[in-house]
Amino acid sequence: MSKIYEFPKSMNNVPTHYCTGCAHGIVHKLIGQCMDELKIVENTIVVAPVGCAVLVYKYFKADGIESPHGRAQAVATGITRVHKDKIVMSYQGDGDLLAIGTAETLHAANRGEKMVVIFVNNAIYGMTGGQMAPTTMAKQVTSTTPNGRDTDETGHPIRGCELINSLEKPYYIERCSIHDIKHINKTKEAIKKAFEYQKEGKGYCFVEILGMCPTNWGMDPYSRTAINWVKDEMVPYFPLKLFRDKGVRTNA
Amino acid sequence: MKKKILMRGNEAVGEAALLAGCKAYFGYPITPQNEIPEYLSTRLPERGGVFLQAESEIGAINMVMGAAAAGVRTMTTTSSPGMTLKQESISYLAGNELPCVIVNMVRGGPGLGNISGAQSDYFQATRSGHGDFRSIVLAPENVQELADHTIKAFELSDKYRMIAIVLGDGYLAQMSEPLVLPDPVKSAPERSYALTGAKGREQRIIASLRLIPETSLDAHNHDLQKKYAEVKKNEVLFDTYKTDDADYVLVAYGLSARIAKQAVRNLRNSGIKAGLFRPITLWPFPSDQLEALSKKTKKMLAVEMSMGQMVEDVKLSVKGNVEVDFYGRTGGMLPEIDKIVERVKSYE
Amino acid sequence: MRKEIRFAGFGGQGVVIAGKILSIAAMMEGKSVSHIPSYGAEMRGGTANCSVVVSDDDIASPIVVDLDICIALSLPAMLKFEPKIKKGGLLIYNSSLISDKPKRDDIETVAINANEISAKHGSTIGVNMAVLGLLVKKVPEIAKLDSLTKALDEAISERGKKHNPVNIAIMKDAYNLIP
Repeated sequence: MSKIYEFPKSMNNVPTHYCTGCAHGIVHKLIGQCMDELKIVENTIVVAPVGCAVLVYKYFKADGIESPHGRAQAVATGITRVHKDKIVMSYQGDGDLLAIGTAETLHAANRGEKMVVIFVNNAIYGMTGGQMAPTTMAKQVTSTTPNGRDTDETGHPIRGCELINSLEKPYYIERCSIHDIKHINKTKEAIKKAFEYQKEGKGYCFVEILGMCPTNWGMDPYSRTAINWVKDEMVPYFPLKLFRDKGVRTNA
Repeated sequence: MKKKILMRGNEAVGEAALLAGCKAYFGYPITPQNEIPEYLSTRLPERGGVFLQAESEIGAINMVMGAAAAGVRTMTTTSSPGMTLKQESISYLAGNELPCVIVNMVRGGPGLGNISGAQSDYFQATRSGHGDFRSIVLAPENVQELADHTIKAFELSDKYRMIAIVLGDGYLAQMSEPLVLPDPVKSAPERSYALTGAKGREQRIIASLRLIPETSLDAHNHDLQKKYAEVKKNEVLFDTYKTDDADYVLVAYGLSARIAKQAVRNLRNSGIKAGLFRPITLWPFPSDQLEALSKKTKKMLAVEMSMGQMVEDVKLSVKGNVEVDFYGRTGGMLPEIDKIVERVKSYE
Repeated sequence: MRKEIRFAGFGGQGVVIAGKILSIAAMMEGKSVSHIPSYGAEMRGGTANCSVVVSDDDIASPIVVDLDICIALSLPAMLKFEPKIKKGGLLIYNSSLISDKPKRDDIETVAINANEISAKHGSTIGVNMAVLGLLVKKVPEIAKLDSLTKALDEAISERGKKHNPVNIAIMKDAYNLIP
């Protein structure tokens, strides 16, 4: 009889601090599985953001550090420049990566820092209680846009991958989603590829993952409401695609 | 005896950082300290170190945090407006108990102010950031001390796992003076906290968020205070000049102390018993020593290139034993020797 | 002995490096020195200056307050600093570029056609060397000519060292201008 599932060895068996139905748990597990398959957890340094994932390091058997809000990729730059042989992962949310940390994000990407960036986009500020994020959808109700996001006033949601894709140096850029099994599997492939490239000492790898925040979206985590909202509202605006993969020759 | 060379303040800092074993430098251009990154941009990579011009002051200090966490000696340098931008992560570095060196070549403010030397960053050096924490602050008065204090800053920083700030000013940064290069530092301490990959050991976490009761913020802050008390006990530095029989004591640090020293000489020449007390560590401030001196002094005069910042610590230190007067100029206007002399003569 | 000296001129005339060479020369003779250049935005406007303090004792304040000697290489420099020279002080001015005469009669003034002296040796940038040569002749207690030529070696980057023989010739020429 073969084992078809086990808890990832790279992860610490600790109770989750995330809400029911949250995207982070799924993404964490995918990372843990990739770390197992690539046997890299002992060689990885995790940089945590400010936001719901501030404790991300406690789930992995890897060294970890917290960064100030938005500065994860600057902290990761300091680490990866010193430890050229280590794998550095910066794990961030939308407010961290695309609002307060926009400069750090774009410049780390532009320098092609050797790191994996896992960007979980749930279109809202989770930890602070559901305020408008840079990726909040038009008309989306949040605690600071009680009548729905007015794009005349606050602009449109920012597309992270497209921004990064305007730069020369990033090595791998892909946007994924975890709204169903098929896409979860695809997301895992993307995460694994990003870590593989780090193992090979390649450059900056950016994986954006669209995910749910039923708590702050005011949706029932036990129904498919939040999952469907990702599929029906977010995916059309944030197209799921491989933007760049320098590890693969493009068809001439 | 080692040869004297003429070296600019900024370059002396750069060379001293190399001698101290600095392995990673991150900075952002700002006058009047640009010769430091310029110097290190070639010299550090030559020695296998990391030099990176960051996208911002904020980027630079966070890269320093990363490098410090990675376990190497690391430094950033800046000038006043840049120091303000770094305050966010200075607090995180303190909370994380990560060592690093920050050199601030102070210029005039507020706002853009100007690029002349100033001492108006005393507050943001000694009372920086959010939360209850301290940084060691060294105040050199000449190019030799700029080099010596840079090395000392690395050593103190590692010894106590604290930020050590070298507080210079635009004049010290730009002036050239004879310098005997200090000896290279041979060893750096073992870093049991460094993030090097959790191979064959428990994972290491560097974090300032303290939500769990048994490692609570209150306990952590009490631990930090214990450490700061140790620093206060062991590391106070100051200098005195003709204070033994002085009726009037000038209190000044850095470049102001040199101006004040000349004033003391002039006052002595005209028969007035003046002396100079120079704090070298601005934190820990030499409070006890100043208090002792205040008991045998008629009056003190704090002299600063600011509108009066250090003078607050002088007043706190002397505990009302003696009146403390203040004289300062700002924005590139330096305290005038004649004015100091005049002021002290008016006490007679 | 404490001498407070200011070199001033247009950007590009080498006033800052002149100050540095003089500082190194005096340092080599065991004197205390301190050299402060004008810097930053000040440098961009076309004028440049630096101060040098040379002293037999340790230098407490490195700041120039009683200007003993001013070396003015351009008219704006002379206009700015002539009034600041202390009574009985010395003004050396570059008469190649300054046709005005100094106004003060309570200081000593010496004219030097520094551009011509430099040109005579085939250099367009040796004006600063000429004034240095003259200065150490006038005020030998600051530094000797010999120290000045040695200081050149330390002050000039590898790339510029090939010009040193010409620079030394210019210095010596100016040194011999006056008895």
